[in-house]
Amino acid sequence: MNKKKVLAVASQGGHSIQLMRLKPVFDRYITSYVSSQKRNGMDNFSHVVDANRDSKLRLIQLFFQVLWIVVCKRPDVVISTGAAPGYFAILCGKLIGAKTIWLDSMANAEELSMSGQRAGKFADLWLTQWSEVARDNGPVFGGRVL
Amino acid sequence: MILLTVGTQLPFDRLVKIVDDWAGKNPQVQIFAQIASGRYIPKHMPYIEFLDEQHYMELFEQADVILAHAGMGSVISSLISSKPVIVYPRKASLGEHRNEHQLATSRKLSELKGCYIAYEPYELHSLLDQLDSLKGGIISPHANDDLLRTIDNFIAHNL
Repeated sequence: MNKKKVLAVASQGGHSIQLMRLKPVFDRYITSYVSSQKRNGMDNFSHVVDANRDSKLRLIQLFFQVLWIVVCKRPDVVISTGAAPGYFAILCGKLIGAKTIWLDSMANAEELSMSGQRAGKFADLWLTQWSEVARDNGPVFGGRVL
Repeated sequence: MILLTVGTQLPFDRLVKIVDDWAGKNPQVQIFAQIASGRYIPKHMPYIEFLDEQHYMELFEQADVILAHAGMGSVISSLISSKPVIVYPRKASLGEHRNEHQLATSRKLSELKGCYIAYEPYELHSLLDQLDSLKGGIISPHANDDLLRTIDNFIAHNL
């Protein structure tokens, strides 16, 4: 039995759907999920507010929600596909010494998203889903959610 | 039935109007539109601004074809359900998104079976005119093995 704790974080919609396509990996560990999209009846799930860079106050609320979850769960690994909650989770994960993984959305086929550019710098594993976007000292290509 | 969805974040009036115009000329085809907070009010098809998840799932199940902006949620969900998806990308140059990533993504998505990309109104109308010939894609329920292995190896060997 593998006791490593994983925290899997995504905002909603496409980010969330992409993250959940990694479920075979998550199922091998003790994985908790965080999303701004409500999921009824799901174990180990925390709901956070929906916020983006157009709503500064809610961003602050989101930051503290994510910080609280990270501090309580003490994950060994934090992984996210985006966007704002993932960025905060990677940041908070680094603070508690977790290993962090940023999987940039498939939606960014030519350049990284803003959250991706920011979060990637804090990520121990920085992934893009497009080989064309991979860079030395930047994201690496390691497969795709499709 | 065609489900038109523009996602939850931004309106996409240009797409809604193009589809509404087509709906006016093709009253025999059933269309349901999710239009977010757009200003354009459809005249020829039923619509709603936002759908809760359950309602969305019901409509999605009923739909034969999904018509969407280039959002990965709509695209991946369609491919998983083997429903053909017509993608009409937003243009940041028209104020429809923050950057042109939907155009870039659409160019890549055009390689996928089951994904039909239209950039111009006439291309969209021509796809809608041949609805019965559109075929859904087939994809695995999970990410590809490369990605699963990359991430699992990282977790297994870096701690």
